[in-house]
Amino acid sequence: MSQVGIVAYGTTPFTKDDHKIESILHKSSNDLFQKNPNIDKKEIDAVLVSTNNNSKYLSPILSEMAGIQPKIAHSIESLCNSGTNSIVSAFSYISSGLADMVLVSGAERYDSPGQILEWDNSRGEFKHPIFWASIFSKSYKEKYSISDEELAIVSVKNHKQASKNPNALSKKTYTVEDVMNSKKLTDDLKLLDCSRPCTGSASILLASEEIMKKYTDSPIWITGIGQKTTSAGFTKNTSLSSMESTKIAGQSALNMANRNISEIDVAEVHDAFSVCEPMILESLGFTDPGNGINMIKNLHQTNNFKINPRGGLIGCGHPLGATGISQTIEIVQQLQNNAASRQTDNPKTGLIHNMSAAATSSTVLVLEK
Amino acid sequence: MSFEKELEKGRFYIPECLACKKLVWPPSEFCDNCNEKTSLRKEEFEGKIIEFSKQNEDYFCVVEFGGSIRIMAKMMTLPKKDQIVKISKCGISERSYYFQII
Repeated sequence: MSQVGIVAYGTTPFTKDDHKIESILHKSSNDLFQKNPNIDKKEIDAVLVSTNNNSKYLSPILSEMAGIQPKIAHSIESLCNSGTNSIVSAFSYISSGLADMVLVSGAERYDSPGQILEWDNSRGEFKHPIFWASIFSKSYKEKYSISDEELAIVSVKNHKQASKNPNALSKKTYTVEDVMNSKKLTDDLKLLDCSRPCTGSASILLASEEIMKKYTDSPIWITGIGQKTTSAGFTKNTSLSSMESTKIAGQSALNMANRNISEIDVAEVHDAFSVCEPMILESLGFTDPGNGINMIKNLHQTNNFKINPRGGLIGCGHPLGATGISQTIEIVQQLQNNAASRQTDNPKTGLIHNMSAAATSSTVLVLEK
Repeated sequence: MSFEKELEKGRFYIPECLACKKLVWPPSEFCDNCNEKTSLRKEEFEGKIIEFSKQNEDYFCVVEFGGSIRIMAKMMTLPKKDQIVKISKCGISERSYYFQII
């Protein structure tokens, strides 16, 4: 199987602005081509668009706007992990030989219809994600004797890290007291525990080993991929304090990369709500069950940006279709030692975790220099 | 689907596979185990509270029925984990199901 690498990337700032989905898709891909003027668009075999937006035929539209005539052009939707699932599709096209170079562009508007899974009637009238997040928080706190103040550290850390990211939605830093005093959404969730929907786009260009050699001397390779769907409905989760799909996807990705979790130097994980970050770290095996908050506290106190250097979803905002691509771009920048004031200490191996609908599905990627 | 017709009348009947007798959820015409047809089991199920939280004055709970089927339901009084409950009110409003337990 041919190796697949990442040639280039582009992004827009994440904002609350009212832009057309077509415009922001074009903006992030244009950023990619402006930063990499040597890329020959004729070599792009496929254009994949990641979004939950209801607009149609977005991939051919983006192709036309960007001056590309690909063989393959279509959209991919899988709620919040549409972005990494699109990257996996691009990887598959390249490794199968159907394509040599694939542009993946993800975008979402602040009013995305992907924020609520209308189909999931098992949730009754409690369909908004704050309700599953509250149930996870209650269950996790009770099982491991974690306080609200301890969970608030996730938000404090990720807002601090986002303040170093010029494209992040949040520009502010917060204290534990700020999080505790933010608007109470439920007994187990405050406003600052939540990621926020926003408008944003991110684009990434993947290529075969052969093409990579033409364009870059410092390639970043996708060496591991793991995906798992356990259900679509929140109430089918057997555990409310760990994430089964994340455990399985994480192990699959590490197996494919022939790596252990201890070899991961930097990671972007899907902190849709504060409680998600410790649950994910534990489910991926970064730390033991119940110890995720201690790991996060330690990282925060030592100003170590190993987990969510971009600022996570809580700090960056969460434009669903763009999130997984933006997470991947961050890990590429980290591995290229190109992450400015967010840079971690010379990482060699990075991981991306992106999930949907209360962790009913997860996608994990491993990237290496 | 007949499940929804009954739900609209305030009756919570769970589909059961005619062949393997598995309770099927989410409600479906076909069994997700053996693919045979289902029909509604017309009995009042007892549920067990698995987890809960609270928004304003209302509690919202994850409730398990028949040992495997879980839904989210509203409760007006303080729930307890493992508390045995039953559906007191259910229906469909604006295309969404709603459930209340006592």
